[in-house]
Amino acid sequence: MKFTWFNLMPWPYLPDDFRETHRSVWVDIDQKLFDPAKSHEVYNTYMDLLEYADTLGFDGVGVNEHHQNGYGIMPSPNIIAAGLARRTKNAAVVVLGNSIALYNPPVRVAEEFAMLDCISGGRLVAGFPVGTSMDTNYCYGQIPSLTREKYNEAHELIIKAWTTREPFAFNGRYNKLRHVNIWPRPIQQPHPPVHIPGGGSVETYDFCIDNTYSYSYLSFSGYLRAQALMNGYWKRVEERGVDKSPYRAGFAQTILVADTDEEAERLYSEHVSYFYNRCLHVYPGFADAPGYRTIKTIQSGALSQYAPPTGGYSTLSWKELTEQGHVIAGSPETVRQRMEELIKGLNVGNIFCLMHVGDMPADKCMYSTKLFAEKVMPKLRNMFPDWDHDNRFWTQPLKDRVTAGALPKQAPTREELMKTYAVEA
Amino acid sequence: MQLKTVQTRHVPVQYLQGGSGPALVFLHGAGGVTADDPLLAELAKTHTVYAPLIPGYGDSEEAPEIRDMLDFTLHGWDAVAALGLTDPILVGHSMGGMIAAEMAAIAPNDVSRLALIAPAGLWDDDHPIADLFATLPYEMPELLFHDAEVGTAMLTAGRDLTDPNFLQTYLVNNARQLGMAGRILFPIPERGLSQRLYRIKAKTVIVWGDSDRLIPPVYAHGFKKGIAGAELVSIPEAGHMITLEKPGLVAAAIAKLG
Repeated sequence: MKFTWFNLMPWPYLPDDFRETHRSVWVDIDQKLFDPAKSHEVYNTYMDLLEYADTLGFDGVGVNEHHQNGYGIMPSPNIIAAGLARRTKNAAVVVLGNSIALYNPPVRVAEEFAMLDCISGGRLVAGFPVGTSMDTNYCYGQIPSLTREKYNEAHELIIKAWTTREPFAFNGRYNKLRHVNIWPRPIQQPHPPVHIPGGGSVETYDFCIDNTYSYSYLSFSGYLRAQALMNGYWKRVEERGVDKSPYRAGFAQTILVADTDEEAERLYSEHVSYFYNRCLHVYPGFADAPGYRTIKTIQSGALSQYAPPTGGYSTLSWKELTEQGHVIAGSPETVRQRMEELIKGLNVGNIFCLMHVGDMPADKCMYSTKLFAEKVMPKLRNMFPDWDHDNRFWTQPLKDRVTAGALPKQAPTREELMKTYAVEA
Repeated sequence: MQLKTVQTRHVPVQYLQGGSGPALVFLHGAGGVTADDPLLAELAKTHTVYAPLIPGYGDSEEAPEIRDMLDFTLHGWDAVAALGLTDPILVGHSMGGMIAAEMAAIAPNDVSRLALIAPAGLWDDDHPIADLFATLPYEMPELLFHDAEVGTAMLTAGRDLTDPNFLQTYLVNNARQLGMAGRILFPIPERGLSQRLYRIKAKTVIVWGDSDRLIPPVYAHGFKKGIAGAELVSIPEAGHMITLEKPGLVAAAIAKLG
């Protein structure tokens, strides 16, 4: 199993009456709600928490990309990942990911990911989302019905840039480059493992299967509601005649651990409510620009993860959110049982653990994270013994990696330097 | 009006045809056009009307290779050629007006009479055009009609906007139609037309509803200024869907082209 500690980086100061007084947490969110001075602490605390997860033995630390978004103040995940590449030691740096249709030219992503892989010593997991319609179309102005074509071209260019050992010309529709020759290139060969966040389109299933990428379903509505979608994926895997390694799939789940189920509710319910009621308050007009989804996907009825249950999240109590699996919360034993259900039910080897929720303060987050790492994670380690050696979907770091910040405390004296380099003054 | 099909380079193009008299090509807006369109009925009294559907509209075949403004413009000419027409009266509403203006600018010697009804294609920072692509179905009538209540009835034809089956069909149509329209209208409905308006030689009439809340009437002046000799006809108590609200007056304005 691979457990990645994931932080969406929500803005924790949305007002109590946010839903009533604001139309959207995303795209046209009120500028006045962001306080740059406060963000100094918010960013650093969030990065500290990611680093803390590394010390507890999580397999990965995860970041993602959103724009103009009150629950994800990470327009550039690579900036956070650069910090993590330096300050974490063992965890994979899971960037889930860069919306490659947005970058011009996309070789920029190939370069930045290569830098992250080099700095981290081969610990990068590269994510290539198409990007939500809010981010890609409404914030970044991509034409909805051409987004996928542009994405496909960007993907082709990045992989080619990573794997070609001599300069080449790339004559794409959206990218015309005479000399593609990225420098640096990644440590991991032939390239870092790739995870594709998807939302249920059969085209994405095939894309993952064709390229041996892991399919990640990043839902906020929990594992019970995800069953149908993941069944569709596994059915497709079977139809295509490839193996059903659980590492072909990943799933994001909100997880909160306390001493008892009751304690979990007392400690965390307000933060869960903050997330589901304020952070997911997206104006429906921004949910899906016409043309962004394929007709096939619309007809299959696969709904956007951002479409709240009928009636809206605000009507869901803690009890309903936990019982319906939006949130897995409770004592270590409760969480273990439900995680086992999730892992077996969805057949997923990569878990993106959403362990910071809404406006949760750092101390509560550390408490929950530590309990999960010490009392839950070890008991879930051996869920798929047959696939232990499947290394196609995870990092292959260098065996010997340097420690960041390992310079001597002081510069050498002149004499020491002369001695080291055996030069005469 | 009868629905027919003609083959072009890219796809078979569906078009509505009706009436008799001089040939008139009508290019529809982002919402599409149907056989019961009242403006087509008005125009068909005096003209042979051809209203080709943009690929993907109605149940017509999509054309993935039509991606940008030049593709749309040349496809427009392909459709006119496939219909066997020479110098038809060219009329366009909204997105169709944008395409018609581009067609007239790119081939100024092939269009002698042009009618632009609340055309898209220009942008003025002081008067931003509302974001059609972030507008929910129930918000549309207010944006599109002088009288939102009457507009709601026209748009929905009695259907329930909250019915899931209706919404499913609506979403599929929207994805096909506005998905295609988005290629020249998203995120800002401007693709450089202002630099090309000067090329238009056609006798031009511009028609605008005084209550147009999607593309405010101030845009009429941009077109009037850009096209030499263009005449502006302003129509009171009409919104962006002036073609539905005041078909008789729109047809009368087009008749000025002779």
